[in-house]
Amino acid sequence: MPHRMPEGGVLIDRSRPIRFRFNGEELQGYVGDTLASALMANDKVLLGRSFKYHRPRGLIASGAEEPNALLGVGEGGRFEPNQRATMTELYDGLVATSQNHWPSLEFDIGAMNAAVANRIPVFSAGFYYKTFMYPRAAWKHVYEPFIRHAAGLGQAPTDPDPDVYEHYHTFCDVLVVGGGVAGLMAARRAAEAGAEVLLIEQTGHWGGRALTDTDTLIDGQPADAWAEAMAASLAAMPNVRMRTRIMGAGGYDHGWWLLYERVAEHSPGEEGMPRHRLWKVRAKQCVVATGAIERPLTFAENDKPGVMLASAVRDYIRLYGVRPARSAVVVANNDDAYRTALSLHRAGATVKAVLDTRAEANGALPGEARALGIPVRPGYGIAKVEGTMRVETVRIAPLADPSAVQLLVCDLVAMSGGWSPVVHLFSHGGGKLRWEEEMAMFRPEPERGAPIGPDGSVNTRCAGAANGALAAGDCLSDAVAVGDAAAEALGRQAPPAMPEVAAPAESPMEPHWFTPASGKYAHGNKHFVDFQNDVTAADIRLAAREGYESVEHTKRYTTLGMATDQGKTSNINGLALLAEARGEPIPAVGTTTFRPPYMPISLGSIAGRSRGDLFKVIRETPMHAWHAANGGDFEPVGDWFRPYCYRRAGEDRDAAVAREVLNARGKVGLLDATTLGKIVVKGPDAPSFLDLIYTNMMSSLKIGACRYGLMCNENGFLFDDGVVVRMAEDEYLLHTTTGGADRVHGHLEEWLQTEWWDLQVFTQNVTEQWAQIAIAGPQSRATLAAAGLVLEEGTLQDLAFMRYAPARISDLPVRLYRISFSGELAFELACPASAGMGLWERLLAAGADHGIQPYGTEALHVMRAEKGFIMIGDETDGTVTPQDLGLSWAVSKKKADFIGKRAFDRIDITREDRKQLVGLLTEDPTVVLPDGAHAVAEVKAAGQPMKTIGHVTSTYRSPVLGRSIAMALIERGRERMGEVLDFPLEGGSVIRATVSDPVFYDKEGARNA
Amino acid sequence: MLTLTCPNCGADCAETELAPGGEAHINRHGPGSSDAAFSEYLFHRKNPKGVHFERWRHAFGCGKWFHAARCTVTLEVFGTYPAEVTAPPEYIVAAIKARRPDWEG
Repeated sequence: MPHRMPEGGVLIDRSRPIRFRFNGEELQGYVGDTLASALMANDKVLLGRSFKYHRPRGLIASGAEEPNALLGVGEGGRFEPNQRATMTELYDGLVATSQNHWPSLEFDIGAMNAAVANRIPVFSAGFYYKTFMYPRAAWKHVYEPFIRHAAGLGQAPTDPDPDVYEHYHTFCDVLVVGGGVAGLMAARRAAEAGAEVLLIEQTGHWGGRALTDTDTLIDGQPADAWAEAMAASLAAMPNVRMRTRIMGAGGYDHGWWLLYERVAEHSPGEEGMPRHRLWKVRAKQCVVATGAIERPLTFAENDKPGVMLASAVRDYIRLYGVRPARSAVVVANNDDAYRTALSLHRAGATVKAVLDTRAEANGALPGEARALGIPVRPGYGIAKVEGTMRVETVRIAPLADPSAVQLLVCDLVAMSGGWSPVVHLFSHGGGKLRWEEEMAMFRPEPERGAPIGPDGSVNTRCAGAANGALAAGDCLSDAVAVGDAAAEALGRQAPPAMPEVAAPAESPMEPHWFTPASGKYAHGNKHFVDFQNDVTAADIRLAAREGYESVEHTKRYTTLGMATDQGKTSNINGLALLAEARGEPIPAVGTTTFRPPYMPISLGSIAGRSRGDLFKVIRETPMHAWHAANGGDFEPVGDWFRPYCYRRAGEDRDAAVAREVLNARGKVGLLDATTLGKIVVKGPDAPSFLDLIYTNMMSSLKIGACRYGLMCNENGFLFDDGVVVRMAEDEYLLHTTTGGADRVHGHLEEWLQTEWWDLQVFTQNVTEQWAQIAIAGPQSRATLAAAGLVLEEGTLQDLAFMRYAPARISDLPVRLYRISFSGELAFELACPASAGMGLWERLLAAGADHGIQPYGTEALHVMRAEKGFIMIGDETDGTVTPQDLGLSWAVSKKKADFIGKRAFDRIDITREDRKQLVGLLTEDPTVVLPDGAHAVAEVKAAGQPMKTIGHVTSTYRSPVLGRSIAMALIERGRERMGEVLDFPLEGGSVIRATVSDPVFYDKEGARNA
Repeated sequence: MLTLTCPNCGADCAETELAPGGEAHINRHGPGSSDAAFSEYLFHRKNPKGVHFERWRHAFGCGKWFHAARCTVTLEVFGTYPAEVTAPPEYIVAAIKARRPDWEG
């Protein structure tokens, strides 16, 4: 039975007991515990159910590699699923729940999957692909809903997250990831050489495995004492920053690193502290000192709670004072695992046997075990683990004679299949790996490829165990060399020094990939390779038999190494079994790609502060407050928020829009047009530049005149439009669409800088410098007169259509344009943005006697559609030419060149069956066509494919015409005037509409004469 | 995330400060050009595995366009240079050849 020992536990503070809950039960731990160690101290061995088979599972590991103990932690908005118990620091009041079981952890219906699986191959590799094939219709209605219900780990939280998250950007010379002995040593070397060092450690303490494995002496000190002293000495250096609880999450191009800091995760709700902080670091050099992960061994029923990694067992004893068992069996293929036998023995547990899969075990550590009376059995393995909810007995057998089974009673199996360097961060940036036969591991091979900086030189190196240097002496000398190499890459050097290391000599490990179950114990056993995804050795062999030769395919077919775990404990064992099944060496099978993040990071940390009001920047015009205070019903247009309409009491949107349209057409309306893009183009070559930019001629524009212009790209497709004003001989003002100002400005600059850089032209985007107001309707002129508008030259009455005049209202200078997007007599006034609100209110006051009302974007849309004016983004979609829209009149025939001109000669642009802009009048005038509705050549029964000949681009109810109107792009549309088209809708109904001219109202333009 | 040095303002830019502009040194074929030449200009890009010349804009900085010579495999940057040239300048070619002796342009 696991329990807290009376003393020991270097990381816990026994003077500070804290309470926490697991599945509703109140338990006690200490400050310094992880959730895992505290659960173990309370004899909680069963912590969850497995993914596919719902088998009982417990802790395997003590660190980031834990595949089983994924718990829901927290409550309400702070609930987070799939938290590794081993990486969750215990805090007072922590609430944890186990996952993936129903109705309870102890009794689970899903476990029948496993019971059935023992008889027929349910849930074996490719089960879903093979089983849920027929009938086809059943997939959508039966199989998928069922599988979706059963699939997935944990539940998503439903309440908003109350915590704060933030991003932090920083730079350093050398980033050292990992605060074990190698990381400390490498950081020390780089720092001594004078580099700015950032040293991070994912746990809350320095020293890594040195805290547990203190039998190594460094410079005469036990490893843990050395690490403590080294950390203290680094902390005293001004050029070293040290942070714990930060994980290296991902490595990217040119020394860009994503780090994940758990700031207040262990103190939820702490005032002023973000829960997580995402670091974005640009480092000139990086040392990856992330250590190594111990591998499980693959034997029958190796997933029973109580089967653990050997190193984790002694971690719990040494770090947390928790003895995981009363009696144990250790099974290993290396000397290192004997440290666990010694540790268990000294903690008062009975070690029933150390089963060593090697033929001999004669190293110093096995010798020490024997001297303590621990039975050492070379050439032995585990035939099967038995027990209902946890380890109860173990069947062991000589590997040479699997039938000679013996029974051992124990409650813990500590296993070790050797160690795998944590090369993830090295591999993220493209680092290559090499298979090391002797140590049975993939280790970095920088000669074949390592992450590089912009200058092409290596900027990332692994150090210590992460570099395959497992033995303490090798680890430290490697760390010195790598720390020095990082410094040297920066042109720095530290005085030579090398620590003295004394550690027990270890005999070589020998790979042991699979232990067969033997005798009558062989039936129906599962040898788990990937615990998190429930992938067994049999699954991998089945995949190999079915022809999955590539490891990448096998991974996806079996799910080996997928999900949150990314194969930390399973990758190498899986590769070895696949290689064995294919009769090939391991390097021939290769390894899968490591992808960031190393461990899952919270979605909150990715969002950072960008949530709620800060999610997106919103642009507001100077008159925004007025709109908001006067019924403005806003809609987003680009980054802007514009009033869609102004609703009065009791009015819905449709009624408000109709009222605004009728008022503008009948009296006078006011529109906030500030969001229109405004770009100044100035310089002696401005006329010829704009001739190249617009499809029509701009050099011929008279000073003070306005012209509607079209911009195409080189494909000949229309992408923006607007009124161009010639302010002076060498100066134009370009109006663009609301959403297009930045795009158009970028377009101008691109051509100026990269193609026509000989032209003397400046451009400036002045959209936000000017407030702009459109005033439209028969009373617009009278309103402007009432407002006291005076032109600098001439009179308002004489200002012709498409003319510009400088003017003033009292002492406010304004720019006055007589332009119209409604077909009414209309003007636009521009003034400095800071005066926008004053001008708006003044015009409203002046128009009061004339019946003025503001109108929103929808009334603007309705009125322009009534007049057949196109709207970029409605009538255009990036594949539409001016000619398609009947705008050939705005495409110059005279100019030798402009952007898009050549494209108008392309076969696809000149073909006669292109879609063309037309108007549509529904047979039933009360019916409004849905936006985007498709016209078909022939209506067929539902479900039958129909040939479409075009689609609706704009559609409205016209208050002034008292009927619906629409615009559409229809194949050969202009030839179809008067033709009735069918628009079939979802549900089988068909709307019929007659093709018409797209100008529905005031065709002769009498209203703006 | 790449870093490129803007030759106009001298800043070492992170990729998020920049806007990509595709392949550099493409000759514009306008009115009067053959269908083949126009199609080459409009649609055909080299997409090489190795040395590549690209257009970038220091969009969230000085706003200027520039050129970069870069390896699309290793992401090594051989150099950046102004936009107002129709071919990579000699010092860029020399920098590429120093690192990629087999490169033939």
